[in-house]
Amino acid sequence: MKIYLKIWRQKNSQSKGGFVDYTLTEVSKDMSFLEMLDMLNIQLVKKGERPVEFDHDCREGICGQCGVMINGIAHGPLKHTTTCQLHMRSFEDGDTIYVEPFKATAFPIVRDLKVNRSSLDHIIASGGYVSVDTGQAPEANSIPVTHEQAEAAFDSAACIGCGACVASCKNSSAALFTSAKISQLAQLPQGNKETPQRVVSMVNQMEEEGFGHCSFTEACQVECPEDISVLNIARMNYEYNRSRLLKK
Amino acid sequence: MSITIKATIPEGPIAEKWSNYKAKAKLVSPNNRKKLEVIVVGTGLAGASAAASLAEMGYNVKSFCFQDSARRAHSVAAQGGVNAAKNYKNDGDSVYRMFYDTLKGGDFRSREANTYRLAECSASLIDQAVAQGVPFGREYGGYLRNRSFGGVQVSRTFYARGQTGQQLLLGSYQALLRQQNAGKVKLYTRHEMLDIVMIDCKARGIIARNLDTGAIERHGAHTVVLATGGFGKIYYLSTLAMGCNASAIWRAHKKGAFMANPSWTQIHPTSLPQSGEHQSKLTLMSESLRNDGRIWVPKDKNETRLPGIIPEEDRDYYLERKYPAFGNLAPRDIASRAAKEQIDLGKGVGPLKNAVYLDFARAIKEYGQEVIAERYGNLFTMYKKITGIDAYKEPMKISPAAHFSMGGLWVDYDLQTSIAGLFAIGEANFSDHGANRLGANSLLQACVDGYFILPYTLQNYLADEIRTPKTDIDHPAFKETEMKVREQLESFLKCKGSKTAEEFHKELGKELYDKCGLLRTKEGLQKAIENIKKLRKEFRENLLVPGDVEEVNSELEKAGRVSDYMELAELMCIDALQREESCGAHFRAEHQTEEGEARRDDENYCYSAAWEWTGNPSSPVLNKEPLVFDTVTPTVRSYK
Repeated sequence: MKIYLKIWRQKNSQSKGGFVDYTLTEVSKDMSFLEMLDMLNIQLVKKGERPVEFDHDCREGICGQCGVMINGIAHGPLKHTTTCQLHMRSFEDGDTIYVEPFKATAFPIVRDLKVNRSSLDHIIASGGYVSVDTGQAPEANSIPVTHEQAEAAFDSAACIGCGACVASCKNSSAALFTSAKISQLAQLPQGNKETPQRVVSMVNQMEEEGFGHCSFTEACQVECPEDISVLNIARMNYEYNRSRLLKK
Repeated sequence: MSITIKATIPEGPIAEKWSNYKAKAKLVSPNNRKKLEVIVVGTGLAGASAAASLAEMGYNVKSFCFQDSARRAHSVAAQGGVNAAKNYKNDGDSVYRMFYDTLKGGDFRSREANTYRLAECSASLIDQAVAQGVPFGREYGGYLRNRSFGGVQVSRTFYARGQTGQQLLLGSYQALLRQQNAGKVKLYTRHEMLDIVMIDCKARGIIARNLDTGAIERHGAHTVVLATGGFGKIYYLSTLAMGCNASAIWRAHKKGAFMANPSWTQIHPTSLPQSGEHQSKLTLMSESLRNDGRIWVPKDKNETRLPGIIPEEDRDYYLERKYPAFGNLAPRDIASRAAKEQIDLGKGVGPLKNAVYLDFARAIKEYGQEVIAERYGNLFTMYKKITGIDAYKEPMKISPAAHFSMGGLWVDYDLQTSIAGLFAIGEANFSDHGANRLGANSLLQACVDGYFILPYTLQNYLADEIRTPKTDIDHPAFKETEMKVREQLESFLKCKGSKTAEEFHKELGKELYDKCGLLRTKEGLQKAIENIKKLRKEFRENLLVPGDVEEVNSELEKAGRVSDYMELAELMCIDALQREESCGAHFRAEHQTEEGEARRDDENYCYSAAWEWTGNPSSPVLNKEPLVFDTVTPTVRSYK
């Protein structure tokens, strides 16, 4: 296949970026999208040019490190798929593909397609955990958790932290990411004791990091590789309001 | 001259060794803990759990990872589960049984005391993870669910769908970030360790490169812990993440830490086959699939029919045929070798004839598609994304792939390397799995090392360091080490050859996979050593890396990693060559039974090979740690 690429190149967070055109021939349908970028990079390096910097690691769709906007869609055209799991069979010979970084105030660009998503870590650090030290745990079966509870908690816990929800949101809100962790822990007896403090500190941290507010367009769930439900956001809001009311 | 090394194993019967150790280990008072600094490199399960636990105790921890977030370390990709001797199934499990299974699975090439400790601490890990909010699979009554895994006859594997590694890692990552929030952990993401700094023969710091700016930084501490994982990526095509590397442990090795059994690499039987030259990695499908999937190849190598219409009598369920007691759940080394045997006979399936079938037709008929979907849904979805094939309708095609490093830095019972003050935990060390690791023991080892062992053994070391002042990063040792790191990075850039690091890596990986992979021969290994030397020379003379040191430069990162692989690859071949026996994943064609099974030589090779760096990658010194079996008698490992 012949593929025309328009890739966002930017030297660092301060400099001005722009699209640069590249053409690749002999792209195979079995290649993953990132392997296609690998192919481009080898060619660029051989020509004495700088390769396109992009983030990736496991290439199995689980680590959450990869993620770019492909033709304006986070992780590209396939539903519930990370960039690394997207294959070139999703494109046609002669297609033009726009590749951009995830853009958000809270995700400054590091170089080209690499962004800094440590703001998501800061949200977790503000309360996304159960306060249990090593050694304090009781016998695992001493607190039963129903099958349904465990499965529901898992559905929320499946978030891979890639940031596609933020990149897809017109307000660059991290509500889906934040609420998924709040919901997971709120639905488990081990985690729900701390819900009132957790929800307030995580929501505050989200604002502090420069993420926008949620206005319920639900674009986040549509583009989420793990199909994390927007109902998590509803639960977060419920828990937040409950916590504020209880305080009064 | 080789020397015999000892592992400082505590006194007493095997079941009491760890208790005896803990009872006598030295302690550090809370007031002194806050004066001591610990560097932990790596934030996978081992690194994150160690860093969090040490910080909870009051130590000041600096935690490093090359990924952009601590949550992305490759533990995240483990699918199937984690073992623990809880005996919730009442099916005859016990600590001793688990210890024995692990030891036997490792073909009696691991250290008894370490393996027992692993089994002994396993139950506490499940308690810890559940308390952290890890959503393990549950029965309808609310109690924890188990399944069985390769190489054992009990159900002791706990799991969180097909994402157990991810969920366990999130548990320890959250514990780590909780300590960051408490000010006890300082986190350095996108930092790659490039060398260990030694002061007075002790590890006292590291040189790291900030991958976002390219700046070379010095970090000091009272002790350094390496939790940097395995190096299966040396084969280029592997199930590992693209960034996984041997650099941290290799550079520690070059500073004096012994490397043990480096050639023992687990080749995982259930990965997706290679589909073309462009491929950058092989995706793993969890071994848990073998609980319900049946592995087969057509009896006729010229078979052209689609799998669904090949009748039963024309199929060879070779694992069930050869190993009736364990069948499709035979241990990984045996299952991989059996697959290779079928592929080499020309019976492989798929366009490149490089795979075998993993068939769910019977399980779907028996339990219904819904049950199978609940058990493995995400794996079936992943399979479809990558191959475009619906595995509910036709069998998966799977193939062996490089996966786990049983070898690694040599450590004693304290998990301390042969460098004082340098510890290695998780896959980075060699200690618990012998010549073959059992499925679901890897997550376990990483967690047990980090949560339950290191907090005792590191403290035992630090008890003698309470008078040591904070490490001065202007010490000449830091300056000198930093200079050497800088020189190496600049040498890569100055080379201005014509081949990229990736191209070298592919060549090296192929050489290693062909000659030091599933099947090894004396002749092949000798040839590989020659070829690796040539390739290493070419690498020095013809490497092409663009850009500069002081900026984001992923090509430069790769060059450093491949440069280390070039040396480690030779050591792997030397290690495989000296071991004139077959054991676990190490299969020497010269040493097999008439039935083609591994022939171990306990009389001459019942030791761990701990290699010492001499300055020349081609002439390492072999030190031996004899393996003493006081509790069990090594037997011929049969799964028939």
